[in-house]
Parts: sequence; structure tokens; C-alpha cells
Amino acid sequence: MRDRLPRLEARAEPSAAMRYASPLIAVALTLAGGLVVFAALGKDPVEGFRVFFLSPLKDAYGIAELLLKATPLMLIAVGLAVGFRANVWNIGAEGQFILGAVAGGGVALFFEGSTSPLLLPLMVVAGAIGGALWASIAAVLRTRFNASEILVSLMLVYIAQLFVSWLVHGPWKDPEGFNFPQTRMFHDAAMLPILFEGTRLNAAFLLALSALLVGYVFIYRSFPGFRMQVAGQSVAAARYAGFSAQRTIWTGLVAGGAMAGIAGMAEVSGPMGQLTEHVSSNYGFAAIIVAFVGRLNPVGIFFASLLMALLYLGGEQAQQYLNLPSSISKVFQGMLLSFLLGADVLVNYRVRWPRAGA
Amino acid sequence: MEDGILTAILVATIVAGTPLVIAALGELVTEKSGVLNLGAEGIMAVGAVAAFAAAHHSGSAFAGALAGIAAGALMSLAFAFLTLTLMANQVASGLALSIFGVGLAAFIGKAYQSATLPAVPTLRIPLLAEIPVLGRAIFDQQAVVYLSWLLFAGVAWFLYRSRPGLLLRAIGESPASAHSIGSPVIRIRYLATLFGGAMGGLAGAFLSVFYTPLWTEGMVAGRGWIALALVVFATWRPWRVLLGAYLFGGVMIVQLFVQGSGAELEIPSQFLSSLPYWATIAVLVLISRNVSTIRLNSPASLGEPYRPEA
Repeated sequence: MRDRLPRLEARAEPSAAMRYASPLIAVALTLAGGLVVFAALGKDPVEGFRVFFLSPLKDAYGIAELLLKATPLMLIAVGLAVGFRANVWNIGAEGQFILGAVAGGGVALFFEGSTSPLLLPLMVVAGAIGGALWASIAAVLRTRFNASEILVSLMLVYIAQLFVSWLVHGPWKDPEGFNFPQTRMFHDAAMLPILFEGTRLNAAFLLALSALLVGYVFIYRSFPGFRMQVAGQSVAAARYAGFSAQRTIWTGLVAGGAMAGIAGMAEVSGPMGQLTEHVSSNYGFAAIIVAFVGRLNPVGIFFASLLMALLYLGGEQAQQYLNLPSSISKVFQGMLLSFLLGADVLVNYRVRWPRAGA
Repeated sequence: MEDGILTAILVATIVAGTPLVIAALGELVTEKSGVLNLGAEGIMAVGAVAAFAAAHHSGSAFAGALAGIAAGALMSLAFAFLTLTLMANQVASGLALSIFGVGLAAFIGKAYQSATLPAVPTLRIPLLAEIPVLGRAIFDQQAVVYLSWLLFAGVAWFLYRSRPGLLLRAIGESPASAHSIGSPVIRIRYLATLFGGAMGGLAGAFLSVFYTPLWTEGMVAGRGWIALALVVFATWRPWRVLLGAYLFGGVMIVQLFVQGSGAELEIPSQFLSSLPYWATIAVLVLISRNVSTIRLNSPASLGEPYRPEA
């Protein structure tokens, strides 16, 4: 019986080809899984597939929406990748995103009426600082007290959500907003410029592309990036080389926090135009998947963000045209990461199929 | 009722602590075998929605609990397959499970949003429940609460007084040594992971069927993560898990009581609601700052993949 099952055999060297093939296998399995899910829900699988995966891209507006959704994912994922490469597990990007939105939005509200061209850059910086400060709580507690950054950064997500809820229900509530929990709408000078007339795609997309470029240079072409790489591959080697473990943790967390903060700021001064309780659509968690599916590589993250953005848009379409809850997106997102992690076995192992008749 | 506010707080604390007791004891067994399952939040969410759906359709809370257990075990089976058979990274796989589980629960739960179930009556133990102050807290609770105490006793006995428990702990310390004396490392890790998942599912079922009893999206509200933190806080010891869980139950309940009477205190409810999360951070810091405590008490192979050489 045992001999009929395929067995795993360790490869002498990890397969470089499989490192790049495995995300594609995961995508294929997720798409196939989509067909199964639609069929299981009693929908025509082909129609479901068309609505979910193809219809969001049918015109230029759809493409612009895709890039708009991909923007925060690129920003956050490239920041997280810096930490993940060094085994610094910042899982709380969702909270850092919220604090970035609060800081950036706070600047917009404080300087309401200003038409200074410096306002937007100031908001970006404030967003980065807000996110980085929130992440640095986890960094302090990890470096000073050895507390797991995974659990601390996660707890800070819940705290951030309650904090923004207090702000928009309390001190920052729009007095003329019919008691809705939201701030006043930002004025024009505090809104990111639109790139293409008739779409919602804004300048944050260019910011995200630059972030990918900077991330690429940092990771592959800089000495601090090299230090992070060594720390990720072998703690002992990093210590032997005299690289500070504390600095690795700080760099990883602050990079992720700052990028998530910028993404949060871009959300409120872009598509939302105000601060509300529901400032994030789970981008902080989705970006973790993006970082992994993109192989912690900025080029990979670019494509993974587009794919993940498609899952978001597909969920909206499925709600509208298939009468399915939009949370089906999250199901597909989780499937994608699980399939990727499973397919990664092929990087280090090859499957040995039992010989016929043996 | 002649019962004072103290009794009311004690009763509520034990109820609020119960899902944490169950989930954290399950995770404890998993971690003792060397497997770190960060999917607890997702497992609890799926357990909660599965239990609610089952109880809703069958009209039986018992069927709900069983469905929660089965759903939790199924979720952890997926995790075990990824990490134990395919040797995937445990941290990433656990996160995947949490994201997937929370999403799946929201998806399935859409149909049950804001539906309610009839309250499950408590099991009152005659006479003992009459004891002043403590009586109602200990002897007038729901069946699952008593079950959680049996579970505590069972886990403590299993880990420290039984041969399979000894084997499980040995595997968590050094899977290679355990393998070399012929122990089925992977099989035992599978079982430990399934047990943890089943308990996570039961904890979720307790939330949606016995505690509230209703389903709303996001109702697990970080309890899965808090359970993970509790295992660290407890330095991987069952009785400290129990203590920690009730401590957290107490924090959750006291902040609710303050909120209830908070009109004159003028503390925004959001700040009070965030107390359990701050408390989690505080206990993590308190326990973890002594590096040697963690190193001495955590299972030595925790989170590391192991593949027996054939």
C-alpha cells in the first residue's frame, strides 16, 4: 500500500525553476478551486469564473480600478518583504495602515483650507511616521523585552481599530455629518491628484512604483539589505559577522510600518476622501499574502498585487452579479496562500511516483 | 437576587474565560509536540460559524458543539498536511489558515448574520450552587464550562502522567531523538495538531452557541491570538493556562461592567474595549523579558519543520 503512494525525495539543491513555478502553480490551483467553489455553490462555474476573474478587466475604467486596488498592496507588501526576508514577522500592517491614515488625515484636517503645494508631501511624511511609530512599539517590546512581534503587532491592530473608531465617533466627527462616524471630507489640496481623467487612479500608484524600485535597490543592491539577508538565512552567521540583531528587527518593523502608513494615508486622501471607521479593506493582511506570493521580491510583488487586486474586484462583481457575499474574496486569498505554501514543497523536494506494476 | 455584584462578576469572568481555556489548552498540546499553529483565530471563527449553522438547523446545541469540533479539526488537518507532510513554513501556514478561516467564516456566516439561538440553560448542581459568592460561579454554569475543567484535568494528566504524553513532550523537545528510538513523530504531531484544532473549534462553538448566542462577523475578535499569547504567558504549563484565561476573562468582564456604568466616568468605550489587547501585550512583555524562562520552558523544536530520514 505504502509503495503505491507518491513519495517525496529531497533535492540536492533547491530548484530555482520551481521557486518561480510554484506561484504559478498556486495561481492555477486557485483558479481551478474557483471553478469548484462556484459549482459547489450551485452557480454555473464558467459564468462564475467569467464574472469573478474576467469581467473586472473589461474596460479602461476596470483596469484603472485594478491598479488603484493594487497600489496599497504594493506599498505594504514591499515594506513587509524587507522584514520577512530577515524573519522579522510584522503581522500588524493593518494597524500601521490605520495609524498612517489617522496621521495623514490629521494633517489634512489640521491644515484645512490650506492650498500650499507642501500639504500633500507633508501628509505622506505624516502617514509614514504614523505607521512607523505604531510598528516601533512592537520593535521596542521585541528588542528590549523579547516579546513576540507577531502577537504584539497583531494586538496593535485591534487597538488601532478601536482608536480610529473613537476618533470618528468623538473628537474628529464631522459636526455637519448627520451624526455619521466620519470626519469632514478633505478639501482639494489634500487630495492626491488623479492620473487619468474619468478614473479614480491617483498619484499614489506612482508612489507605489517608486517604492518597488527603492525596495529592489535596498534588498539587492545595498549593504543594509545584505545584512538583513544574512540575518534571515542564518542568525549565527549574522552574529559572527557582527551585524546587530536589534538593528535588523528595527529595520524590518519600521520599513513595514512606514510603507503601510503611506498606504493608509493614500487611501484616505485618495478613493475615500475622509477618515472613517472602515478605512482599511483588510489590505494589511492581504499584503502579507502578496509578499509571499511575490517571493519577497519587488518584481514578484508587482504582479502578485495585481492578482490580489483582481480577487478584490472579483468579490465586488460576485456580490453584484452572482448574489454571493463579497467575502468570497478572502476565501480565494487564503486559498492562494495555502496553495503556494503547499506547492513550495517542490522547491526542495521532488515527487517520486511509484513505478507502474511495482 | 441577593447575589452581589462580586458574584455576578465571578460568574461572567468564568464564562468569558472559558473559550480561552479551551482554545489555549488545545494549542498547548499542539505546541508541546513542537508544532506552532498560528491559525487559532481562523479555526475559532470557522468553528463558531459551523456550530452556529448546525445548532440553527438542528435545534440542538450539542450538535452545534460537535460541528464546531469537526470543523476545527478539519481546518487543522489542512494545516497539518501543509506543515507536516509538505514541510511548509509553520508561521506562514498558520497565518494563511487564520486569513482563510476568518474569510470563510464571514462568507458562510452571511446567511446567518444577526440570527439568534435560544439561550442554553445552565446545569445547576443542587446545594453546592447555594454556597455564598462562589456557588453560582462554580456550580451553576453551562455544560461546556464543566467540560473545560475536565479538559484541563485531562490535558494535565495526559502531558505529565501518561506515557503517550511523555512521548509527545519528547517529540517536542527533540524529534530526531524520538525518531531514533522508533517513535512515529509525524503521526503524533498530526494527532496533537488535530486535537488543538478540535479544541479551537469547540471554543468557537462555545462563543456562538452558548455564550452570546448569535453569529456576527468578527465575533471571535482576536481571542484566537490571545489564546496563543496565553500559552506563552503560561510558560507552556496547563494550570497557568487556566489561571491566565480567567485573568483575561476578568479583564474583559470588568471593562464591560465599567462601560455599563461608564456614563459618569466619561471614559470612551473604545478605550475600555481595547484593555484586553493592551493586557495581552503587557503579559507578553512581563513573561518574555526573561529570555531564559522562555528558553527553558518552550518546547525546543517549536516551529521547526522535521522530516524523518527514511
